[in-house]
Amino acid sequence: MSVDLNALKAPGPTITALTQPFWDAVAQGRLKIQHCEDCGTAVFYPRPICPHCWGKRLVWKEASGQGQLKSFSQIHKPGHPAWLPAAPYVVGLVELAEGPTMLSFILPGERPPRVGDALQLAPTAIGGRVLPAFKSVETATEETPT
Amino acid sequence: MSRAKGAIVGIGELKPQRLTSGVTTLEMIAEVSRLAVFDAGLEPGAIDGLLVGPQVGETPQHVPATIAEYLGLAPTMANVVDLGGASGAGMVWRAAAAIEAGMCETVLCVLANNREEAAPRSPNRNPIREFDVPFGASGANISYALLMQAHMAEHGSTAKDFALIAAAARANGQLNPDAIFYGKPADVEAVLASPIIASPLHLYEIVMPVAGGEAVVVTSAERVRSLRKPTVHLLGAGEKVTHRAVSQAPSLTSGPLKSAMARALAQSGTRADEMDLLSLYDCYTIMVATTIEDAGLCAPGQFGAWLRDHDLTHNGDKPLNTHGGQLGFGQPDLAGGMTHVVEAVRQLRGEAGERQIGKAALALVTGNGATMSEATALVLGAA
Ligand SMILES: [Zn+2]
Repeated sequence: MSVDLNALKAPGPTITALTQPFWDAVAQGRLKIQHCEDCGTAVFYPRPICPHCWGKRLVWKEASGQGQLKSFSQIHKPGHPAWLPAAPYVVGLVELAEGPTMLSFILPGERPPRVGDALQLAPTAIGGRVLPAFKSVETATEETPT
Repeated sequence: MSRAKGAIVGIGELKPQRLTSGVTTLEMIAEVSRLAVFDAGLEPGAIDGLLVGPQVGETPQHVPATIAEYLGLAPTMANVVDLGGASGAGMVWRAAAAIEAGMCETVLCVLANNREEAAPRSPNRNPIREFDVPFGASGANISYALLMQAHMAEHGSTAKDFALIAAAARANGQLNPDAIFYGKPADVEAVLASPIIASPLHLYEIVMPVAGGEAVVVTSAERVRSLRKPTVHLLGAGEKVTHRAVSQAPSLTSGPLKSAMARALAQSGTRADEMDLLSLYDCYTIMVATTIEDAGLCAPGQFGAWLRDHDLTHNGDKPLNTHGGQLGFGQPDLAGGMTHVVEAVRQLRGEAGERQIGKAALALVTGNGATMSEATALVLGAA
């Protein structure tokens, strides 16, 4: 993948007042998600009430940016024509360390992705904006057979 | 004539505003639902039925699933009521009827609307549009590819296992002159040789979109006696809606059909392994694989071995999608799911001609929507 992701004319997020804090943090390369003060659950995507207990005491907290790859797909035929120049590219389901799962763009690594890969937030300019992409955590210890 | 029974135990209402600013209808639905459920003294988990209005624009399709996901609900009955100003009252008797039918116990009926001064640039403002599409994840192919990859990772299922499903559908389609792939069989090798659309999904594992139409007529058990065609009875039904976006799925390798099929089988007093016909929704091969496992026909992860152990043709021991399934017949959009109902009726009436199964007393029919998230199961029986 040698295409300039930032040059894609791809559709961006449809931000609302409720979700603005999430995207404001993303623009600064950070990941913030809601936490429910009533039942203690982390919530993604943002909502006006907690989807677990319907409590309204939701507060924004910085997420660790750590996650695990639950599944992935290498897209050869994108559903949106704006993504054609980037194909093939990889999207994945990222289970955040805080609990919730989000879909994200998985940056190319040294080897093809595998379910279970440890991931790290990797804010990336895509389509003229910064998005919370992820990349595989490739540490020296992981590469060395023990 | 009997009447619909039921009782209203909670109410919610938002203060009218001339205009809203930056608030979505989904947010307002959440607020007013909370008021009604808490007014009833109930917990959100008590809600197992959901009736909503059509949210054209902001969430043009899969409205109940979108709202269920947003509210964290997993209803066993979910529906859009689209009767204009009669929708609110129309919801109440439908809720009571669904409760009486044994489909659910407590129904949330909710309608709300925002009123923005200027319509937003993009009317479609649901969570998938905001949180999935910007990453290059548009369309169902990617969602089912993610489900398939997860199944392979968890169970070690192979591309060949999945290709068996597509090949069987094409084979059965050779006995249905109306099928879009009639005269165009594809064996396992051909399926595996078709292009990868979104890994690990091959082109031939995806339904072909076509134009078409399907309809059925349902009447009372009393009126049936005066009609001329062999009767096909609804013996049991089950439904469950758990999410809209694949990222929000409670499980990637088992779906809401598990619960829907269990309810339908329990209502009918039957078991999945006694069915004479399996008429299983097959938008993608992974959908059939998961349904076979969720039905309990084999252990989780073992669908490939199950497929190799059985003959899925009309004269086999486990006839499956004798019309070719949607993978062989084509998918006429929403009508595609109804092909599984129509074929089951045809078989149970003994009207399937060249592809008629032998014993035809019981059929399991499944329907699936969005990303393995909207599920309905029926058990149909010949008189
Ligand atoms: Zn909570």
